[in-house]
Amino acid sequence: MTKQTTLLAADAACPASRSLWQLGWQRLRRDRLGLAALWVVAAFVLLALAGWLGLAGSHWRDEVAKPNTPPALFKHYAPATVELTAADIDAAQQHHTSAADASAATGMSAEDDPLAADMAAAQATAAQSAAASPAVATHADSLVCGSDSRGRDVLQKVIQGTATSLLVGLSGALLAMLIGTLLGALSGYFGRRVDDLLMWFYSVFTSVPDMLLLLAFSAVMSRGIDTVIMVMALTSWTGTYRLMRAEFMKHKGREYVQAADAIGASHRSRMFRHILPNVTHLLLVQFSILTVALIKYEAILSFLGFGVGVTQTSWGAMLAEAPAELLQGYWWQMAAVTLFMSLLVTAFSMLTDSLRDALDPKVK
Amino acid sequence: MTQATPLLSVRDLRVNFRLENGEHFQALKGISFDIAANCTVALVGESGSGKSVTAMAIMRLLPDHHTAIAPGSDILFEGRNLLAADRRSLRALRGREIAMIFQDPMSSLNPVFTVGDQIIETLMLHTGMRRKAARQRAIALLQEVGLPEPGRKVDAYPHQLSGGQQQRVMIAMAIACEPKLLIADEPTTALDVTIQQQILQLLAQLQKKHGMAVLFITHDLGLVGEFADEVIVMRHGEIREHGPLQQVFSQPQDAYTKALLNCRPRLDSRPARLAVIDDFLQDRPYQVPPQRTRGYAPGDDIVLDVQGLCKSFESREGLFGKHVFHAVKDVSFQLARGKTLGIVGESGSGKTTVGLTLMRLHQASAGRALFNGQDILAMSPREFHACKRRIQIIFQNPYASLNPRFTVEEILLEPMALHGIGHDHAERKQLAAALLERVGLPRRALQKYPHEFSGGQRQRIAIARCLTMKPNVLICDESVSALDVSVQAQVLNLLQDLQDECGLSYLFISHDLSVVKHISDQVMVMQQGQVVEQANADTLYANPQHPYTRQLLSAIPQGWPHQEG
Repeated sequence: MTKQTTLLAADAACPASRSLWQLGWQRLRRDRLGLAALWVVAAFVLLALAGWLGLAGSHWRDEVAKPNTPPALFKHYAPATVELTAADIDAAQQHHTSAADASAATGMSAEDDPLAADMAAAQATAAQSAAASPAVATHADSLVCGSDSRGRDVLQKVIQGTATSLLVGLSGALLAMLIGTLLGALSGYFGRRVDDLLMWFYSVFTSVPDMLLLLAFSAVMSRGIDTVIMVMALTSWTGTYRLMRAEFMKHKGREYVQAADAIGASHRSRMFRHILPNVTHLLLVQFSILTVALIKYEAILSFLGFGVGVTQTSWGAMLAEAPAELLQGYWWQMAAVTLFMSLLVTAFSMLTDSLRDALDPKVK
Repeated sequence: MTQATPLLSVRDLRVNFRLENGEHFQALKGISFDIAANCTVALVGESGSGKSVTAMAIMRLLPDHHTAIAPGSDILFEGRNLLAADRRSLRALRGREIAMIFQDPMSSLNPVFTVGDQIIETLMLHTGMRRKAARQRAIALLQEVGLPEPGRKVDAYPHQLSGGQQQRVMIAMAIACEPKLLIADEPTTALDVTIQQQILQLLAQLQKKHGMAVLFITHDLGLVGEFADEVIVMRHGEIREHGPLQQVFSQPQDAYTKALLNCRPRLDSRPARLAVIDDFLQDRPYQVPPQRTRGYAPGDDIVLDVQGLCKSFESREGLFGKHVFHAVKDVSFQLARGKTLGIVGESGSGKTTVGLTLMRLHQASAGRALFNGQDILAMSPREFHACKRRIQIIFQNPYASLNPRFTVEEILLEPMALHGIGHDHAERKQLAAALLERVGLPRRALQKYPHEFSGGQRQRIAIARCLTMKPNVLICDESVSALDVSVQAQVLNLLQDLQDECGLSYLFISHDLSVVKHISDQVMVMQQGQVVEQANADTLYANPQHPYTRQLLSAIPQGWPHQEG
C-alpha cells in the first residue's frame, strides 16, 4: 500500500508525458541555428505554396519591362556591351535600306550574299510595322530584381521557379522515400530470398551511372514537371533503400519486435506498426537530404535542357538562360536564382543537421 | 586509516550534471572518504547512487561540457589535488599511478589491435620501454593474470578470447605500470558466475602481491565480503554507511544497508516474501516472514511437457560446407500448474534458446512440447496463434522489450485487440488500468511512454502486458537480472503474488543461482545445450550430484560468512 502511495505521489509531481517527437521538437527549439534554418525553409515553402496557388509569381510570363532592365538598386548600371536602342533602330531605318547595306553586316558584298534581297525586304516591312503600331506604354522603368532578355520580371520568375523547384524536390524525394522504404523494409525484414532478389534489382540500378539514367529517362519520356519528378524518384530511391534495409535488419532482432511476435502480431503489423515508427526519424533526415539533392539535380537537368517544359520555368531553366546573358553583362537573373537557391539549400542542410541531433534515437 | 596520510583522499566532492533542459542534477552531494595504501575499499550502491561518477571524477574522466564539480571539492592523491592538475600531469598519472578496469571488457579493448599491442602501447607510453622489452613484459604480465599460453595469446585479437580472458587482459593492462591505486568499476558484472569468482580471486591476489590500493565498485554487496577491507554504501549521491567490512556486515547502522543485506535472495532461507527497502525505512522493525516450502508433489497437474527438444543452428562454410551448431540437445522437462521450473546455466548453455523455441520465436529442430496435451511445436502458425496467448515471455532487458514509440496504453491494448479480449476499446482500457494497478503502477501511467519509467517499473509494464492475455505459462528469460537488488526483490515478490493468485506456471531462466533457488520448485541445470541435472530445488542445492552443479554452487559469492542472525 505504501508502495502504491509513493508511486502516486511521484506520478503527480512529474510533468505531463511527452512522446519522443515532442522531446525532439523541444531539443530543436533550443538549437538557435536549427530553428533559424527551420524558419527559412518554412518561408520558402510558404512562398512556393503561394506560387502554386497563383498568389505570387503567376504573371512571370508577362513582358512588363524593357528587356534586360537592371535591378532597382543598380539602376544606372550599364553593361560593357553596346546596346541597341529604339533610336538606333530608327536611325538605321532612316538611313537608306538597301541590299548592299544589309549584306555589309555579314561582311559580304551584296552580289555574294544570296539572302541580301530577302533581308532588305524583311527590314523594310519591320520598319513599316514599327512605325504603324504605338510603343507599349506599360513598360516599368525599374524592377526589384530587374528583367530578363524578353522584359519579364526576374522576381516573378524566380518565385515561380522556387515553386517549381520545391515541388519537384519535395515530391520527388517523397516518392523516392516511398519506394526506398517499402523495398528496404521488405528486404531487411524478410531477408533471405526476398533480400537476394531486391539486392540484385538494386545492384542493377546502381551499376548504371545516375546521370546517364536521369538523361535516359528524361529523353524517353515527354518533358514536364511530372516526368522530372518520376525520373528523380526512380533514380534516387537507392540510398533510402540501403538505409531502411539496414535498419529493418537491425530492428527485427530487437526484443520489442520479438515481444510483438510473442503476443501474436502479424508480419505487417511488426513491420509498419512497430519498426517503422522507430526509424521515421532517420527517414525525416534522409528526406531533407534527398530534397536538397533533388533540387540541385533539377537545376542541372533543366540547365541541360532535359528538365521542365518550355512553358514552365524553374531555377534550372533560368540558369540555362544565364550563359548568354552573362556574355552581354546581364548578371541579375543568375544572381537572383543563385541567392534563392543557395539560401534554401544551406538552410535545408542546416535543418537536416539539427534534426539529426534533435531526433537522436538514444533517448532513454 | 593505518597511515598518517592516506593514498587518496576525497573531500566534500560535489558533482552536478547539467541536463539538456538547463536544469541541474546533483549526482554527488558532498561525499568524503579516504583510501589508505595497500587497502581494498568497496563502493557499493545501486544504479543512480553515484558510485561510477565517483570513479570517473577521480580519474577526471567526466565530460567537461556538462558536468560541474563544485568549488570546495578536493580529490587529493598523495597530497596532490587532482582537480587542479593540468592535462599533462593527469596523462602521466592515469595508467601509471591510477589505473582503471571497466565493466565490459569487450568494448574496452580495441578490436583492431592484438591484445599484446595494447599492453605494449601502455608500457612504452608510461615507462619508456623499448618495443622488444615491452613485449617480454607483456607476456610476463599475461602469465601473471593467468591467461593460458601467454606466448601465443599475446598475438591474439580481443574477439579470439572469451569474456573472462578479455577481463584478464584488461587487468594485465591496468597493472602493467604497477599503479598505486586500481579502480575496478563493476569488473565482473558482465561475466559468468564461475569466471566472476576467478577474476575476484585474481584481483585479491594481485592486490596483495603488488601492495596496491583497490577501489572496488559494485552493485552487489555479496561480492564485497570476500576481499574488501572497508565498505562504503552509497545511495542517491550520498554515503549512507562507511566502515570496516566486519562492522558493516555484522552490525549495519543504516537502514538502507540493512535493507540491501536482506533484499538479496539467499541460499539458506526462502522467506515467503523477500524484504524490500521500504520494510527497513519504516519505523517498525522488520519481521522475517515465514518460510515457504517448495517442490513438485506427485499429484501435480502437468501444464507443459517437453520431450527431447533440440535446436541447432546451421551456418554456411565455404561454398558447399555447412557448420551445424547444437544450441539445445535433447532437453526434456515437465512444468506443473502453479509451480516454477528454474533453468540455470552460464552463457552459451542454451537456456534462453529453450525459452525462445517454446515460444516458437525459434523453430525447433526436433522434439515435442505438449501443452494441455497438444504439441505446440507441430502446430501450423494459424493453430498456434490461439495458443500464443497461453504461453507468454518476459524478456531480460526492460529497456529493449517495450516499443519506445508506444504509450503504455497502446502497449497493453495491442495484445488484447489481437486476441479479441474485451468487447470494445473502453472495456480493454478498463482491463489495462486494473492490471497496471495490480502490478503496482498508477492508472495515470497509461498515457506515458516507456522512457519515463525506471527499469523496475518497465519490467512491471512488461509483466502487465503478458497478463492481459491471461496466460497459463510465463517464461521469464533473465527477467530480473538487469534490475537492482532492491528492485529485483520487488519484482520477484510480484511474480510470486501473481503465481499464488492466478495459478501461473513459470519457466524461470536465470544465471543467478540464489534467485533461482528462491523462486523455483524444480531446478534444471544446463551446460552446453544439455541438461546435466534436474531435481527439486531443495534437493539439488542440498545435495548436488553433477560436478558442474557443484562447481556452480561453490562459485556463488558467499557474502560475509557471519551474516546469519
